[in-house]
Amino acid sequence: MVRKVFGRPEALTETPTHYCPGCTHGIVHRIVAEVIDELGVRERTVGVVPVGCAVFAYYYFNCDMIEASHGRAPAVATGIKRALPDSVVFSYQGDGDLASIGTAEIVHAAARGENISVIFINNAIYGMTGGQMAPTTLPGQKTTTSPAGRDTSRAGYPIRVCEMLSTLDGASYIARVSCTSPANVARAKRAVREAFEVQLAGGGFSLVEFLSSCPTNWGMTPIEALRWIDKEMSAYYPLGEYKVPKVPEEASQGG
Amino acid sequence: MKGNEAIAEAAIRGGCKFFFGYPITPQNEIPEYMSRRLPEVGGVYLQAESEVAAINMVYGAAAAGARVMTSSSSPGISLKQEGLSYIAACELPCVVVNMMRGGPGLGGIQPSQSDYFQATKGGGHGDYRLIVFGPASVQEAADITAEAFSIADYYRNPVMILGDGALGQMMEPVEFRPVEERELSPKTWAVTGSRGRRPNIITSLELEPALLEKLNLRLAAKYEKIGRELVRFDTYRLEDAHWAIVAYGMMARVARAAVDKARARGIKAGLFRPISLFPFPSTPLAKVAEQVRGFLAVEMSMGQMVEDVKLAVLGRRPVHFYGRAGGIVPTAQEILQALEGLVRDRNKASREGGDAGAEGFRTTGSSN
Ligand SMILES: Cc1ncc(C[n+]2csc(CCOP(=O)(O)OP(=O)(O)O)c2C)c(N)n1
Ligand code: SF4
Repeated sequence: MVRKVFGRPEALTETPTHYCPGCTHGIVHRIVAEVIDELGVRERTVGVVPVGCAVFAYYYFNCDMIEASHGRAPAVATGIKRALPDSVVFSYQGDGDLASIGTAEIVHAAARGENISVIFINNAIYGMTGGQMAPTTLPGQKTTTSPAGRDTSRAGYPIRVCEMLSTLDGASYIARVSCTSPANVARAKRAVREAFEVQLAGGGFSLVEFLSSCPTNWGMTPIEALRWIDKEMSAYYPLGEYKVPKVPEEASQGG
Repeated sequence: MKGNEAIAEAAIRGGCKFFFGYPITPQNEIPEYMSRRLPEVGGVYLQAESEVAAINMVYGAAAAGARVMTSSSSPGISLKQEGLSYIAACELPCVVVNMMRGGPGLGGIQPSQSDYFQATKGGGHGDYRLIVFGPASVQEAADITAEAFSIADYYRNPVMILGDGALGQMMEPVEFRPVEERELSPKTWAVTGSRGRRPNIITSLELEPALLEKLNLRLAAKYEKIGRELVRFDTYRLEDAHWAIVAYGMMARVARAAVDKARARGIKAGLFRPISLFPFPSTPLAKVAEQVRGFLAVEMSMGQMVEDVKLAVLGRRPVHFYGRAGGIVPTAQEILQALEGLVRDRNKASREGGDAGAEGFRTTGSSN
């Protein structure tokens, strides 16, 4: 008897992705798709994709999908979720999209406690447009628009999205993860699952930030890129759960 | 009822269930009314963090198949242009109200018609059009708003109600009539969750030039169809007119009074009032050119719709313009004077040219 132990998640189509070799966008897609499958919500799910390298994600996820304009995914997701409260809505956004042009939209979706889940890809750079400085670019990091390295006296400081959003009462679950090792991938998947479960329970806004690689624009090999995430990025953007849903009083008293 | 409130109530009667907005004078009564009334009919009012967010919430709700509306005024509508371009590209239905105020920039809060170009020529990027109506009374605004949702659904296109501060703020009696719904096909394209079907994708990204051109051609064909089916206009004392005033919205009401004043002075004037601004009633206006000696476009702007009048008339008759801006509404007296100037100039030209076509107008007011 043949038993299938590993396969493509139903929530992913068979379309090959266009991501560069060594880019972790693909791993994150798979994690999100596996969670959708495991929760059995594929046919209730609507995904909102960004402007950025993930702009074609609607070809890869096997559920209803909509393309938002640059930065506006949280507003689009809000419109869908308000119109279809029983749907499961997630947005998938890069750091240029979420932390620069769309800062207002993400802050206010979180502040409203909008019942959506956000997958946030922080690769410290603008990937799709060719490696310009992002709001998350590390101090000293070279990009095509910070060729001498990000000079904080002129370009200011990176934005720590999880830390910032977790100060908002409307945010329910906020976590930062990476995919640099199998253990980290497993942790990342647990975080995404938690984010979706919070939404299913009507718990409000959830966000999982992935420290993600961009070997192409960082000018590194895939392995070097993962090491750089572990060493440099994780130092500036510590991994962990920044906010978890409040346990209702009764339950926390141990019954 | 106040114009803004009548529009809000009419929208609900037209099936609107979702409203996303951001405050700006002089249209605040619309979101205020919606925040009160929508929950009563099982709908949702949400105040967005900006007009940019509001129109993108509209995009999301429209994509999910809902009847949805937003309203704003000039500077806010500028911010909505990004979303409108995407909504038009994705062929999603929604209704947008613009209660125009004077501009450019922050401008003022008094009535104006200076967003005509933005409303009818695209506004956002790319080759797209909104369906635009310019109602001239609270009753007409209510009627058109209620119908707008069915029009938007039918053509899968955003519909804009282009009013101005005066229409929004004025009080007039209004009767809410039952809405005539078009025969609509189910929204099988909506992103509602893919239960029992293949997933739907809503996007306006098309990197393949030939395919993007195909979308542009399809949109162009739709706008042409709209042009054949949706042209609306009204006329007043135009049957035997020698001079046609062209004005829309609130301006047309003043122009109507100017027609009466001109008639009293012996000038055979009439009014042509476009109700649909896109599609512009070019063909009926071109017909008027066969009858009149000239046109006078009157607007609360420095001259925007006048360009569409010129295009319709195509040089067959002279097209003149009179307008005031900054929130100043031209008076009937001003319009009369502008018209008299045209008649005088034409008489002078006729005399010099030995043409017997000159016409007189009485210098003392009396009925005609
Ligand atoms: C309004 C607007 N501004 C700019 C762009 C160009 N643009 C496309 S992708 C992008 C940045 C994407 O970077 P990020 O969000 O970090 O995603 P990544 O590509 O790195 O995954 C920009 C600026 C656009 N499409 N629309
Ligand atoms: S450019 Fe960077 S972020 Fe984009 S696909 Fe390539 S590696 Fe990934």
